[in-house]
Parts: sequence; structure tokens; C-alpha cells
Amino acid sequence: MPAVTETREQIEKLGQSSYKWGFETDIEMDIAPKGLNEDTIRLISARKEEPEWLLEWRLAAFRAWLSMKEPQWAKVAYPPIDYQDVHYYAAPKKQPGPKSLDEVDPELLKTYAKLGIPLHEQAILAGVEPEEGAEERLPVAVDAVFDSVSVATTFRETLSKAGVIFCPISEAVRDYPDLVRQYLGSVVPAGDNFFAALNSAVFTDGSFVFVPKGVRCPMELSTYFRINARNTGQFERTLIIVEDGASVSYLEGCTAPMRDENQLHAAVVELVAMQDASIKYSTVQNWYPGDENGKGGIYNFVTKRGACRGARSRISWTQVETGSAITWKYPSCILQGEGSVGEFYSVAVTNNHQQADTGTKMIHLGRNTRSTIIAKTISAGKSDSTYRGLVRMMPKASGARNFTQCDSLLIGDQCGAHTVPYIENRNMSARVEHEATTSRISEDQLFYCRSRGLSEEDAVGLIVNGFCREVLKELPMEFAVEAQKLLQISLEGSVG
Amino acid sequence: MSDFLKISGLHASIETDGGAKEILRGVDMTIPAGELHVVMGPNGCGKSTLAYALAGREDYEITSGSVAFKGKDLLELEPDERAAAGIFLAFQAPVELPGVNNANFLRTAVNAVRRARGEPEMDAVAFLKAVRAATKSLSMSDEMLKRNVNVGFSGGEKKRNEVLQMTLLQPSFAVLDETDSGLDVDALRIVADGVNRLRGPEFSALVITHHKRLLDYLSPDRIHVMANGRIVHSGGPELAEKIDQEGYAAFLADAA
Ligand SMILES: Nc1ncnc2c1ncn2[C@@H]1O[C@H](COP(=O)(O)OP(=O)(O)O)[C@@H](O)[C@H]1O
Ligand SMILES: [Mg+2]
Repeated sequence: MPAVTETREQIEKLGQSSYKWGFETDIEMDIAPKGLNEDTIRLISARKEEPEWLLEWRLAAFRAWLSMKEPQWAKVAYPPIDYQDVHYYAAPKKQPGPKSLDEVDPELLKTYAKLGIPLHEQAILAGVEPEEGAEERLPVAVDAVFDSVSVATTFRETLSKAGVIFCPISEAVRDYPDLVRQYLGSVVPAGDNFFAALNSAVFTDGSFVFVPKGVRCPMELSTYFRINARNTGQFERTLIIVEDGASVSYLEGCTAPMRDENQLHAAVVELVAMQDASIKYSTVQNWYPGDENGKGGIYNFVTKRGACRGARSRISWTQVETGSAITWKYPSCILQGEGSVGEFYSVAVTNNHQQADTGTKMIHLGRNTRSTIIAKTISAGKSDSTYRGLVRMMPKASGARNFTQCDSLLIGDQCGAHTVPYIENRNMSARVEHEATTSRISEDQLFYCRSRGLSEEDAVGLIVNGFCREVLKELPMEFAVEAQKLLQISLEGSVG
Repeated sequence: MSDFLKISGLHASIETDGGAKEILRGVDMTIPAGELHVVMGPNGCGKSTLAYALAGREDYEITSGSVAFKGKDLLELEPDERAAAGIFLAFQAPVELPGVNNANFLRTAVNAVRRARGEPEMDAVAFLKAVRAATKSLSMSDEMLKRNVNVGFSGGEKKRNEVLQMTLLQPSFAVLDETDSGLDVDALRIVADGVNRLRGPEFSALVITHHKRLLDYLSPDRIHVMANGRIVHSGGPELAEKIDQEGYAAFLADAA
């Protein structure tokens, strides 16, 4: 990652001004020196006042990481990452914890405003009571991850009344050490893959959710991730545990400030669903994709995996991926419980020079397990997008079913879309179905829309949203609207 | 006052594998405000091309000639600007938009056009009222609004959907490209009524058809015969009768 000169920065700022969410917040930072070694890990662990077992766990992950190689099989290309040229810890300077949101740095609240966090959520953040007669809505709890430390958490009380724990994972380590110790790394082991090992060694924050037996989480849980400090790798760790008969819907949304250097992001998300439990995990990812020439942008290497441990449990991943320079991401389900269900609904948009290699893995272990994969890929500009999916039917997965549908939409003639389905069936009674289509936005469709008064961009937006409808309808309302706008914004300038 | 719509010496060609192919070879036509004109002509003579050229389809290159609409140079405008200016084309083959809800499409279009015309946008309630009234007048079921634009529509439903769009977008100049083809007698009547409801001193239309039947309901002001990319003959409504009985042979001889 090269040093950046003042002038180049200026010029790039001009070029990148089309990225609406490019801004940096000026808050004093506490930053660890660049580089990764055992001392860095000890420093992180000490700053977070972690117990000994967690430090040991991190160090073990680090040692495993040292012996691993960065994966090369994905269809993405990028210059080698210098892991010693990254800050592994950055936190807003420690102040006494805010008693109310008035005490939260106004810069941060301004950031929320710029992020376009829906007004009512801002009001919730600001503690404003809803106006009388105002439309009743499902409240959303926001755990804001600002760089590496969660600064504001709302609705904790309502949730705790229901017995739901929703807090930064660092707090969970302190307050619920047994739960964390039992489940951390139980779905994505510390040495699972190169990026997961790195995350396990250096994760700084993320969310923790625990929904006890029989509880339907009374609100949708939402986290806005932000990447703020220059050159700070982001290593979020999310752990969601849902006990028997309980359910939760979790929303993860991301935008990032404009920057000049590629930024590494390697998150790990682990989901555990017990008997009859259900987890819906929705993501809208809009990190900085780099400028028109492919410069800058986030490298997003994520490991997301859910374990359907109990019978009839259900895990549903829905993602709309429009951002990042490089996306490497395969939200997966381990379908262990008899009759458990895994779902993956995905829209991945690439434009300009973006590269995305994303998909899912459905590992069918138990009898009568079912999975559905609907993957929509949209490529424009000179971008390249790959759907990579694995469906594995293990010997005991009698009566298991999978249905996969991959549709690619190409805009222009310089982009690429690839579908790589891996199917491994080791059970005679299991059935796997795969359908794939590739299409282009036709001149006919564009002209038809425009002759009805739609601008070219609105026409593309409409057609693309139509193409993605099956996935978008899986998103919670709040997100669906945001996602539709994002799709359109991310394809601006892709036609004509 | 300048003419409402004036097409002069319009030449248009299309890029094919074998090079540029000229389709319109000098079309001249003037349509005054409030009049309904008809273009008839054999298959492949360029009727749809003329319709597309008026609506602004990019792959038809205008090589020479001009089109003035209410005193403005129409050829300067993008297709969506033409829609805002009041042009509407009912497609001969309406296009399918998978996944795009018909009601949503209509509302997006109506509000885009209203914005461009400096009119206030319609909220969901007002729109629903307007669209219900329009579907009712066209004997369409509201169920059509929930479906995806033209996807799985029968030929007749597609044509009616075009007229529905026209009704809501309130154009001042409509081109109907064989909107009557494939319609049964009742549907034909409904479509004709849809056009007639728009008629007035500020509304003109160009109706492309093969059938005299539609014209019985529309009482056109003038009939133009097109052959080989030109208007070869124009006359009063009685011309439709003649073509119905004798075909185009007489005019083709002229055009050759
Ligand atoms: N996209 C195209 N590519 C090649 N030829 C075309 C294209 N569009 C129209 N043509 C040709 O131009 C001529 C006129 O077509 P059209 O305007 O559709 O005729 P009409 O509507 O009168 O039947 C026909 O010979 C047709 O084959
Ligand atoms: Mg035609």
C-alpha cells in the first residue's frame, strides 16, 4: 500500500466526489502502532481488559495464521497486502461512558446524519419520544460500531426486559464470559481460514446477541459499521446465539468514508440456531468501492457462517453487496438439525473496476434438511463478478433438498459474470437443483422506460430492481428502501 | 402560429451487419392541433420506424430532415424529454419488464413526467384513485396492476396496458402503432374510446393501422399512405375505404 501525496489526494477527492458517503469524522483517536506480532495482540487484549483465556485464544489463532497462506482460489486480483502496514487497533479516546446521547460526540451524531440513518432511528439515538399519532413502527435497536469501539447502544433496556442480550462483544466478554467462551469460534474455528485466523487474533469489536429460549426478539437489531481511521484494518467479530424456539432479525449496514489506500476488512460472523430457532441476518454493504479507475476502495474478506444445530432451526442470509473494491464473502449454513433450513438471498453489484467473488455454502448434515439459494449478480463497467456456491449433501442427509438459482445481469460489454456451482452429493435420496441465466438490459427495455418519461438512470434502476425483486423482498422494509436506492446509485453512469 | 407537428424530409437509417440501411426516405407530414391522422401501408414500409423516430429511439439514426413539435425541434430531445413534452408512443410490441410491478411502473412514469412538466407529484392515494378510474374505463381488472409490466400478458392485455399508460400520462400527441392488431371487436371499441377520451383541440394523434374497422370508431381527419419509406398519398377518411377494398397495389406503383 503506497504512501499518498497531498496533491494526489486532492485530485482523487475530485474524482471520488460521486461517492456520497465519503467523509471522515474528526474525532481524537487512540491508535496502536502499525504492525502485527504477539505484542500487538497483547496490547489489544490489555486495552480491552480481557481475561487470560481470550488472550491465549487470540495468540493461538495468531500462531495458526502465521503458518497459513492467503487464499488464491477466488477470482479476484489485487496487489499483495502488507499485513505489517496496518494499524490493528484504533479507538476514540476513552472518555467516561456516555450517560445519555447528549454526551456523545456531536461529530459522531453528525456522522449518523450523513450516513443517512433513517430519521426515526436518529431520533431513537437521540432519545426522542415519537410524536403522538405518529405512525407506529417496529423499533430498531442500533449498536453503532464506530471504528473499533461501540460508542452508542440503544434500546438495551427493552431488550433486557425480554431477556435478550445485545451489546458490543467486548462487553459480552466482560459480562457474559461463559456464553462467549462456550460459543466463540464454535462455528468458525480460530484456524478456519487465513482471514478468519487473522480476525480471531486481532478482532477489536463487533456485536453479541443472545436470545434465550422461547423469546421472539421484540425488535430488529441493527448495527451500522463504519470504517473511519486511515489505514485501520477492521476486524469485527459478531456472535449471535438463539436458543430453542427463539428468533431474531439482525440488520447490518455499512458505509465508509472516502480514502486513498486500500483498506483491509476481515470480519467473522458466527450464528448459532438451536431447536426451532430462527435467525434472519440481513446485510446492506456499501463500502467505498474505489474510484472510476479502480483506485482505493475497501478489501472485504469476510467469513460468515451459521450453524443450524437444532431440529427445524432456520438461518436466512440476505445480502445486498454494492460496495468494496474486492468482495470475498460466502455466508454459509451448516444444516445439522433434522429438518433445518438454510437460505441465501444475494444481490451483488459491481461497477467500474470492482471485483466480487461471493456465494454461499450449504452443508447438509441432517436428514430432511433444506436449502434455497437465490443469487443475483449485476455487473457493469469493467467489473467482474463471480458466484461461487457449494452444496454438499453428506451421507446422513437423507431426503435433503437444495434449490439454487443464479441469475446474472450484464450492463455494457466490458464486464464479466461467472457462475461456479460446486455440487457434492453423497446421499442417493438427496436432491439438488440448479438453474442459471445470464441476460443483458436490452435496448428495448431501456427505450420503453424512457419513452414513458424515465431518465436513463431511473430506467436502469427500475429494471435492476425488478431483476433483484426476489431478493429485495426478503429484506426488512427499512432496508429494502435503502437497498433499492443503493442499487441505483452504484450503477450511476454505467449506461450510455 | 406554427404547426402542431411538422415532419419534413425525414430520412432515417439503421445500422445492420451489411452496413447502414435506409428505412425512411424523406417523410413529409403535417398534423395540426386537434387532428387525428392515420398512416397505412404494407408490412415493412417503415411505419414503426417513423413511430420510433418520433419517440426518439437511438438506434434509428436520423440522417436528414426535421421534426418540429409545438415549435420545438423534437429531434434535439431525449426520449424522456419527449415524453415530458407530451409525446406518447403505444408500442406495436410492448416490452416486458420482469420483476417490475405494473402499478409501480405507472406511478414512476406519471411522476417523472409530472415533475418534468412542473406539476406536483401524485401521492400513493391520488395515484391509486386515478389508476382505478383509468382501468375501469378500459375494462381492465385491477389485478393487471399487480403483475409485472407486460410479463405474461396476452396480446390484447398488452395493448390495453399501452392505452392505460397513455391515459395516465396525458400526452398531447400520441402515436398508436397497430394498437388494434389482435384485438376482438369489444376490445377494439374500448381502445378507441380510450383515444377518443383524450381528443380535444390540444390533442393530436397519429394512428398506424391496417384496419378500417378501428377508423370507424375514431373518425380520422386524414389518411396517409406510406410505401417504401415515404408518404406516397394523402387524402380524406374515404381513402381507408378504398384501401380496404383495393389494397395498396395502386400506391406501390407510384412509389416504385
Ligand atoms: N433493427 C432493425 N434491423 C434491421 N432492419 C430493420 C430493423 N428495424 C426495422 N428494419 C427493417 O426496416 C423496414 C421497416 O420496418 P418497420 O418500420 O418495422 O416497418 P412496418 O412497421 O411498416 O411494418 C423493414 O424492412 C424492417 O425489416
Ligand atoms: Mg410496424
